[in-house]
Amino acid sequence: MPIDVAAEVIANRALSVDYNVLTLGAPTIAASCAPGQFVMVKSSSRRDPLLRRPFSVFEVVRDSSGAATALTILSKRIGVSTRELYEAKPGQTIATLGPLGRPFTVVEPPTEAWMVAGGVGLAPFATLAEALAAKRVKSALFYGARSGAELFYLDFFAALGVELVLTTEDGSRGEKGRVVTPLDRRLGGRPPSSPLMLYACGPERMLAAAARTAATHGRPCQVSVERIMGCGMGGCYSCVVPMRGDDGKFHHVRSCLAGPVLAADQILWT
Amino acid sequence: MDLAVAIGSLTLKNPFIAASGCFGYGVEYAEAVDLSSLGGVAVKGLFLAEREGHPAPRIVETPAGMLNAIGLQGIGVRRFVDEKLPELRARRATVIVNVCGTTLDEYVEVSRILSDAEGVAAIELNISCPNIKEGGIQFGCSLNGTYDVVSAVRKATTLPLIPKLTPNVTDVSSFARAAEDAGADAVSLVNTFLAMVIDTETRRPKISNVVGGLSGPAIRPIAVRMVWECRQAVKIPIVGMGGIVEARDAIEFMLAGATAVQVGTANFVDPFIWPKLVDGLSDYLRRHRIARAADLVGALDSDSALAGP
Repeated sequence: MPIDVAAEVIANRALSVDYNVLTLGAPTIAASCAPGQFVMVKSSSRRDPLLRRPFSVFEVVRDSSGAATALTILSKRIGVSTRELYEAKPGQTIATLGPLGRPFTVVEPPTEAWMVAGGVGLAPFATLAEALAAKRVKSALFYGARSGAELFYLDFFAALGVELVLTTEDGSRGEKGRVVTPLDRRLGGRPPSSPLMLYACGPERMLAAAARTAATHGRPCQVSVERIMGCGMGGCYSCVVPMRGDDGKFHHVRSCLAGPVLAADQILWT
Repeated sequence: MDLAVAIGSLTLKNPFIAASGCFGYGVEYAEAVDLSSLGGVAVKGLFLAEREGHPAPRIVETPAGMLNAIGLQGIGVRRFVDEKLPELRARRATVIVNVCGTTLDEYVEVSRILSDAEGVAAIELNISCPNIKEGGIQFGCSLNGTYDVVSAVRKATTLPLIPKLTPNVTDVSSFARAAEDAGADAVSLVNTFLAMVIDTETRRPKISNVVGGLSGPAIRPIAVRMVWECRQAVKIPIVGMGGIVEARDAIEFMLAGATAVQVGTANFVDPFIWPKLVDGLSDYLRRHRIARAADLVGALDSDSALAGP
């Protein structure tokens, strides 16, 4: 069951002029969340901006005994709310509701895991990479950004033994171009008999391309979708994704309850 | 202290009702909220058949509010009765079902099915959704249409009948009177205000339906005024709504003439709002030495306001 915590900002670290990592003192949520779940946050009690914003739980912060003390969110400055989060000061409180949504299904060896991230879509993969490492699942992160300056937490993933495959749109680091290009190439070179799960999060067009690529190579793919979300609890019906149902027909599915992690091959990509 | 209020034959344990379209079918909140602690739960609007609604994006935030055009996505009345109502009953929720129709016959049929089901406390007749062409607004924007649909459903059910009125008319109080004349037990108002937001970079509307309904604190003063106007036009109870985010706002509606209130958008921001509203109302009554919440209804001191300083 989700809880609402008036979480203290423990730290706010700017990663670039647009990206920041906010550490929120919400240990109860941090302790009970699974990779892929999200929180709804609101940086003030004011009426404007009114609604909360959804964020994947980025990291679970633990003390020396392993107990969860806080969680972090990875935010990209886009509008008023994300600007407030970028400028948040330690000590202020941020209403944090969670954990919400359905998490990733974490595979077991010998299945390998390839994560595909675009930009701020890196967010759900830090906790997933930890969960995969704990199960000794061999993993790789295909990670694309606009430039090398916007590729974050590479050391974090490398330390977990995650193989990094990097792309940038400007070619300043890794391969120049889109992240799905090396994904497609590597999938083509992999024997179909070796089991593999894909996980993807990022801009909608990247997700659609990753889903298409996964389908082409006959690989299952779990995507974490991002939608404009009013409540995160199933009340408002704003965050729907068109999906193929068991009856073969299309249905609008609430990504806050059925997702945010959804099976890529059931989504009707536009 | 007595927080109970009466809507016709229906007694609510407190004036706070979760607004239709803002609380799913109630069951979504059953783990987080004690549904029996609410005055009522108005579930999402139901037609006979399932509907998928509009494509996303369906909402956009606006200054102190939001615009929505969901398009009345819903599972249809029969699935609601089979799949949702039993849990709502088990959790002792006071269930108010929002009834939609594309034709007069559909309103009657959906209402009849709900009347035959166990556990429905009242029917809220949705003649005011601004977001779908064929969904009741043609009834809600015409005095004759309002009278006809309320009369027809009145003949089909003995459940308390609460037409939900649109604010997108010149004089909402005349619609309240038409509903009263046709046998409504109460009216609820306001539904959302038809509105529009444009992305100036792309020159495209921000939601897929182009236009949608505005809700939230931004609309509250208009909604309060409309409740106050209706209070003078009809004798039946009024269920007031529009941008209530705290007890003070609800009290404002009650002073203007609302017997009960609905809370919608604020539930998105704070799903745990319900006990806070109840506590806030209790505090107010205690502070003003008022024994019953019902004593607030229409207790506006308009004479001194008119007299001026």
